[in-house]
Amino acid sequence: MALPVYATPLEKLWHYTYLGICALIFLFLIAPVIIVIPLSFNAEPYFTFTEKMMTLDPSGYSLRWYDSLITFGMQNPDAPRDAAFWWDFWQNATWVQVTKHSVIIGVFATLISAGLGTIAALGLTRPEMPWRKPIMAVLISPMIVPIIISATGMFFFYSMKWMPMLTEDGIGFGRLAGTYAGIILAHAALGIPFVIITVTATLSGFDQSLVRAAASLGANPRTAFFRVQMPLIMPGVVSGGLFAFTTSFDEVVAVLFIAANDQQTIPRQMWNGIREQISPAILAVATLLVIISVALLTVVELLRRRSERLRGMSPT
Amino acid sequence: MTDATTDLATGPITTNDGRPLKEALAASLAVRRRRAFLLVAPLFLFILISFIIPIGQMLGKSIYNDGFSSHAPALAAWFDAHPAGSAIDESAYVALRDDLVAMKKDKTAGEAGTRINYDISGTRSLFTAAARGAEKMQPPYMDAFLKLDKKWGDPNVWRAMRSASSPFTMDFYLAANDLKRNEDGKIVSVGEGQAVYKKLMLRTLVLSLEITAICLLIGFPIAHLLATLPMRKAMLLMIFVLLPFWTSLLVRTTAWMVLLQQQGVLNDLMVWLGIIGDDGRVQMIYNQMGTIIAMTHILLPFTILPLYSVMKTIPPSYVRAARSLGATSWTAFRRVYVPQTLPGVGAGGLLVFILAMGYYITPALVGGADGQMISNLIAFHMQKSLNWSLAAALAAQLLAVVLIFFWIYDRLVGIDKMKLG
Repeated sequence: MALPVYATPLEKLWHYTYLGICALIFLFLIAPVIIVIPLSFNAEPYFTFTEKMMTLDPSGYSLRWYDSLITFGMQNPDAPRDAAFWWDFWQNATWVQVTKHSVIIGVFATLISAGLGTIAALGLTRPEMPWRKPIMAVLISPMIVPIIISATGMFFFYSMKWMPMLTEDGIGFGRLAGTYAGIILAHAALGIPFVIITVTATLSGFDQSLVRAAASLGANPRTAFFRVQMPLIMPGVVSGGLFAFTTSFDEVVAVLFIAANDQQTIPRQMWNGIREQISPAILAVATLLVIISVALLTVVELLRRRSERLRGMSPT
Repeated sequence: MTDATTDLATGPITTNDGRPLKEALAASLAVRRRRAFLLVAPLFLFILISFIIPIGQMLGKSIYNDGFSSHAPALAAWFDAHPAGSAIDESAYVALRDDLVAMKKDKTAGEAGTRINYDISGTRSLFTAAARGAEKMQPPYMDAFLKLDKKWGDPNVWRAMRSASSPFTMDFYLAANDLKRNEDGKIVSVGEGQAVYKKLMLRTLVLSLEITAICLLIGFPIAHLLATLPMRKAMLLMIFVLLPFWTSLLVRTTAWMVLLQQQGVLNDLMVWLGIIGDDGRVQMIYNQMGTIIAMTHILLPFTILPLYSVMKTIPPSYVRAARSLGATSWTAFRRVYVPQTLPGVGAGGLLVFILAMGYYITPALVGGADGQMISNLIAFHMQKSLNWSLAAALAAQLLAVVLIFFWIYDRLVGIDKMKLG
């Protein structure tokens, strides 16, 4: 984006103004994500930089909000920090419990959406697939339909007794609302568009002649799929799965409508925290979540580069 | 060549086993089509059952509400026998009394009253009170009811009961559009003070449009910069776009609450810089401004990414050619570069607009009173007022608008061209 040598002074001026505007927009994009990190170490219960923080006085910073995250909900928060304390932490601390719920729900929802989504994407990218567009529209719809509509629909549907399951009096029809299965199914549905979009994009860049080459060398369809096609589309599948996982990990509305009271997840607990009494402890959670998203972004970027290298698209 | 022509002359081309080639090809295509479809079928069924049917069923509630009709069979029969406009005579009050006695026994007077209450507020207690006294009433019932409460003679209440005596109704769509029926059954608009829904729907559209416009306005230079910088630098700057994209929505909303509060970082900074006085702190959150700022930030990557992928494909030589033919840099940009970015503008803008219309969490947390959108009202009717049929009617209207834009998106961009990152 270098300036051409024939640029007039006015064009030069505009060019640097333009770069300045871009810098401001980048600041707008990144500042909110970054700002929560130092503020979560605030020694005071304020949401702004105190005088001591500005002068980098160590007493202006503390880990008290992280400490309050650890002890919140524990039976003996003031006990000495020995093995028993950490056991109590693992068993009772609220944020540990909600993390466990989020991870369980996220992992199973991702397995369902990535599994079914990948198989469907394989069918959708075949040239002979009938009614591709309408079917694609239906599969993408969970991303498009406003979440409040999806959540209310699921709330009514899951509140009816139609799911065969083990109830108090033997096997019968039960409700999905208030069960983990209900939330997992809901989150799987919400994650599917991301898997479909990512995997079909990977598959459309896939060279079908590789499969034919494998077949000509004597591989049966199964071998050709598992040994040739699968390794090549795997990066796309994994990043689709990560998209689905973040969707579930970040989803609060469906959980608010479907889940029982003891099935809090991280976003729902945050939602409660923000709605009731927002304290800097929320910023400590936010900081941890930002670190998780940095990790996720890194993995997805690495996968994307690997995929491009495998397909011979990257210049490096 | 000659062989083929002789074959054609003697009959249709056949395969080795003697079947006509056309037929064999069609059969093999059918097999492949079925195979492709079978791969998609499990997911399609899953989405159908766990997503499409629930929404369809929910939308059904907007035209079906048996809260009154299922508990008032005698009145329903009376309304069937006496068409609209006939006088409310003693026989109607007999039916009313019969139903109220039954409601008292089943404890359903509240439910039935709630349904009428949706039409005429303040009538729920009318039913619960009358149900309590219905058993001891002496004929003639007309006078007995009127003695209990004058409202029982109100033609409007009877009109509402007639309308509710059938479970299928358009009443909730009327309510969702700030309309109601008057005593004669004519559709009129509700009073000035009660009209909220149309205004809110309009506000949702306007806010979404504003957010889309801002996103395009500030997303365009960023996408342009990323597309024209050398690969390595662009990848580095891309992190600024992708990191917010991957960060939890709640985290970003919380961050904006922290930044924009009256005692927050941005106000502190402005006071420190002397732009505003300490007593002149700006209220930037818990109002429309908060909703616009936070949602723009959250949706901005959805504009930048499609714009970027379109701009990547535009060869820089076109603009250079325009310059060499004498165009100023502004003319070259406006007449040559911008038209080529339009597919990206359309894709990014439509996607942001569609997503913005359905936003719930961010307006709920940072929107205050005047930054609420239609989704928040649907949630209110779902959770607080418990008028589920009205919530469903509002949801159906919102969904219709969203689907229209989804259809436009498919027409202009194509859903199979949607990309993330």
